[in-house]
Amino acid sequence: MALKLTDLKTDVHNDWCPGCGDFGIEASLKMALTEMPVDINKVALFSGIGCSSKLVHFTNAFGIHTLHGRVLGYAQGAKLANPDLEVIAVGGDGDGLGIGVGHFVHAGRRNIDMAYIIHDNGVYGLTKGQASPTLHLGMQTKSLPEPNINSNINPLMLALASGFTFIARSYAYNTRHLKEMIKKAVAHKGFALIDALQPCPTYNDINTKEWYGGEDRIDPATKRPMARTYDLEGTEYNGRITADMSGDEVDKNLLQVIEKSREWGDKIPIGVFYQNETVPIYGERINERNPSYLKEPPARQQLAKNDGKSVVNLDNLSKGLLFESLVLAQ
Amino acid sequence: MSRAIAKVNDLSWMTGGPQGSGVDSSANIFAGACVLGGLWTFGLREYYSSIKGPHSYFEVRVNSDKIRSHVNNVDVLATFDAETLIRHAEEVAPGGGILYDPTFSNIEIDKVESIETPVVLRIKARLAKQNLPGNVTGILEEAKRRGVNLYPIPYNDIIAKTAAQIGEHQLSKLSRIVNVLSVSASFAILGFNENFLNQSIGRAFAGKKKVVEMNEIGAKLAYDAAKSQLKQPFPFQLHPIQNQPRLLLMGVEAIALGKLVGGCRVQTYYPITPAADESEFLESHGNFDISGGNNPGQKGSILVTQTEDEIAAITMATGAALTGARAATSTSGPGFSLMVEGLGWAGMNEVPLVITHYQRGGPATGQPTRHEQGDLKFILSAAHGEFPRIVLCSGDMEESFYDAIRIFNYAERFQMPSIHLIDKGLANNSMTISPPKADLVPIQRGKLIQGDHLGNGNGEPYRRFAFTEDGVSPRAVLGMPGYRFWNTGDEHDEMGHIEEDPDNRVKMMTKRMTKLDTAAKEIPEDEKFNFFAPSKKQADVTIVSWGSTKGPILDAMKLLEKDGIGVEFLQIRLVSPFPTETVKQKLARAKLVIGIEQNYSGQMAAVIAEKTMIDVKNKIVKFNGRPMSQDEIYQSVKQVISNPAQNRRVVLTHGA
Repeated sequence: MALKLTDLKTDVHNDWCPGCGDFGIEASLKMALTEMPVDINKVALFSGIGCSSKLVHFTNAFGIHTLHGRVLGYAQGAKLANPDLEVIAVGGDGDGLGIGVGHFVHAGRRNIDMAYIIHDNGVYGLTKGQASPTLHLGMQTKSLPEPNINSNINPLMLALASGFTFIARSYAYNTRHLKEMIKKAVAHKGFALIDALQPCPTYNDINTKEWYGGEDRIDPATKRPMARTYDLEGTEYNGRITADMSGDEVDKNLLQVIEKSREWGDKIPIGVFYQNETVPIYGERINERNPSYLKEPPARQQLAKNDGKSVVNLDNLSKGLLFESLVLAQ
Repeated sequence: MSRAIAKVNDLSWMTGGPQGSGVDSSANIFAGACVLGGLWTFGLREYYSSIKGPHSYFEVRVNSDKIRSHVNNVDVLATFDAETLIRHAEEVAPGGGILYDPTFSNIEIDKVESIETPVVLRIKARLAKQNLPGNVTGILEEAKRRGVNLYPIPYNDIIAKTAAQIGEHQLSKLSRIVNVLSVSASFAILGFNENFLNQSIGRAFAGKKKVVEMNEIGAKLAYDAAKSQLKQPFPFQLHPIQNQPRLLLMGVEAIALGKLVGGCRVQTYYPITPAADESEFLESHGNFDISGGNNPGQKGSILVTQTEDEIAAITMATGAALTGARAATSTSGPGFSLMVEGLGWAGMNEVPLVITHYQRGGPATGQPTRHEQGDLKFILSAAHGEFPRIVLCSGDMEESFYDAIRIFNYAERFQMPSIHLIDKGLANNSMTISPPKADLVPIQRGKLIQGDHLGNGNGEPYRRFAFTEDGVSPRAVLGMPGYRFWNTGDEHDEMGHIEEDPDNRVKMMTKRMTKLDTAAKEIPEDEKFNFFAPSKKQADVTIVSWGSTKGPILDAMKLLEKDGIGVEFLQIRLVSPFPTETVKQKLARAKLVIGIEQNYSGQMAAVIAEKTMIDVKNKIVKFNGRPMSQDEIYQSVKQVISNPAQNRRVVLTHGA
């Protein structure tokens, strides 16, 4: 039975502000889930803390709403213990790039096969609009008493430096695009990041829906707004790394990712910036050490016999510590 | 002077040296040889927070019966550097022996840079008082005057001879065998057959043929060199006895074995002393044999993941536990401080998460490699808000093993974070024990929904946090069809969705806290505490303690009983939920209660006061970072008994 959008609805009242970008991300995720060949019973959504992280309660799939900044810890632990799960993590930019940025970096090093969507709106919404790590230096959004005193983190570049093997950006109100990015991220074998740009209609009065849509920039010819976002698909850009590439070709593509991720302002690229499936995923690395890992992962191992007694052969396990007393020939 | 043989199979042997010079391996080789000879050992391991250089030492006590603690006196001090000699010669009892390198005799004490100035001054003052020079000769002369036997071992000659025998011209390559030479020389004066040592060397360096060979040749030469010096038999002797096979292991290994037997299949950790040894053991035993499983030939495995910090360690382990895997993390004080937010989340979401916590000297970095029981009250109340937790303290190797299984059972049966509380002494000390049994503690998974279920069956949606009489709800895991659920750190409804309704709050808090009452009811009494009764009807003194003080207390009890003092000992193991009624009943009828703890304030005594309103008026405490010895407890208990009112708080200080 095909999964319908209505199947993914819960009875939980949605308390996001009207016009919030979170709605677009939620809709895109749900559309992607209905279009992907995944068993919804195997999907586990994890979120951090913040407006965006309430998403799991509005979605009828296993939903684990964790701690501020810690979503990746919980999500990675679940995926490692049961690799059959389709783990998708969501969270805000403050959550993932502020308090949780250490986990963000190290998740890249592991390259666990899962997807992570960052709701990126430049502000901390639930605490009333403080600057988040993606807000640019000198910007003064509505509730800031003074302009932002810190430079911003570029999530795409940080992800590249950390070893993420799929890096994409999309825009919350381009649901068709975001949906496709989510499908690609989930299908990707490795750790996949989507930086989902989104307006915060309540606290970010600079990067608004109108700003992203380019309503301040009317094309004199067509008299229509010129949107700031543009799709990398269809341009000459190619951020793929494949096994047959030479070292120089790999370097060239990596530099391109850095270059492209710096574009901002009147032209904001969206799409897949980088994809590299030549890096072994963490599960495969574990399987090298523990050859039974993928077949019998931690969540599925039999621990006890029917009578409750442990199946572990303690004699063999403790052999190195066992001393038989020695009989000496007199 | 009469040199009659004083003691057979009852001695304390010590070795020491710069960290990284093979102190641990020589002690393990010594202990291994003793165990191969049927004897029992207890090993005290003391080391600095450093990789190479600073002084570490290892004391091995040997006996023909099982022993559980170390003693104050050293009977044989086997040194291969000047510092060990200078620091520890004083501890050697009259009649004991010191093995040393004769080329050290002119070394001035204040020229040994790694000895701290206060120690140098203290030793020099001591020697000056006896009109002795402030050098190694002075130290040796002082020992001799006390009746200590001196055995100079020409290590350099032995190394040179060994090199000649194996055809190795670079002497420096052989210098590292000096630790084994000191072990071998020890066995020579102790009259212990050298074959045990050779077997032990073979085990210690298994697979390294050349290393085994050079050690064996050197050992033989050292053995003969020491033997040739014996004008009279040394008063302490070791004789092999027949015995059953036994394990020689450290606490961290006992716990790791228990974890694997108990079904732990995910362990996360961030490197920290002294907890990391456990994770390393698990990783090196990551694939293991199973028997009696449904798939013949199937192997078991544990996933050990080193994380970026302890916050990741606890959150990852919790995520793993949500899939139904038995998952744990292992840490020590500073690491647990970081984990606290994750502890609260696991409490709120009723996750069966296991934390093995190794206490060390605090606060802050404190004494990273030293012993303390200073985290009890912290563990009991860590994290904001109120939620139930299991806290179980083990006292020795066997208990650690079985409790490592039980803690997973408790975690799953009562669905709450469960902390196995250990201390550095137990973690790092070594001991000979009879092999524990894999099937003594069955695996109990409580209300875990198992097997392939398609839905609840009754058309009702599954409620992860369903209200029940005992507070425990049927537990599904991620990926289980028909059992969709939500978790959140917010207060939630039965489904797991955020809910701020005051009535729901009262019901949900009550549900969670009720589980602690359920645990208190369901956990058998003999898993909550141990009670060691006195040989006479009414005890003169009641000792109450917890954790690794169990060993020296039990050993000291034997000595006290020999003196005609009736001693009973209440060892509290389960601190949350607390066995209030038992403790109340045992202490209320006691003549004299002494709380013995390795912390400053008497934290268990404070818990007892809170739970039972009983004031433990007499305390024996120690917080210098070194575990209590049998002798210290024996002497201090006697001191308290002699005048309880004048000895309300005795502070122990033994240990280098």
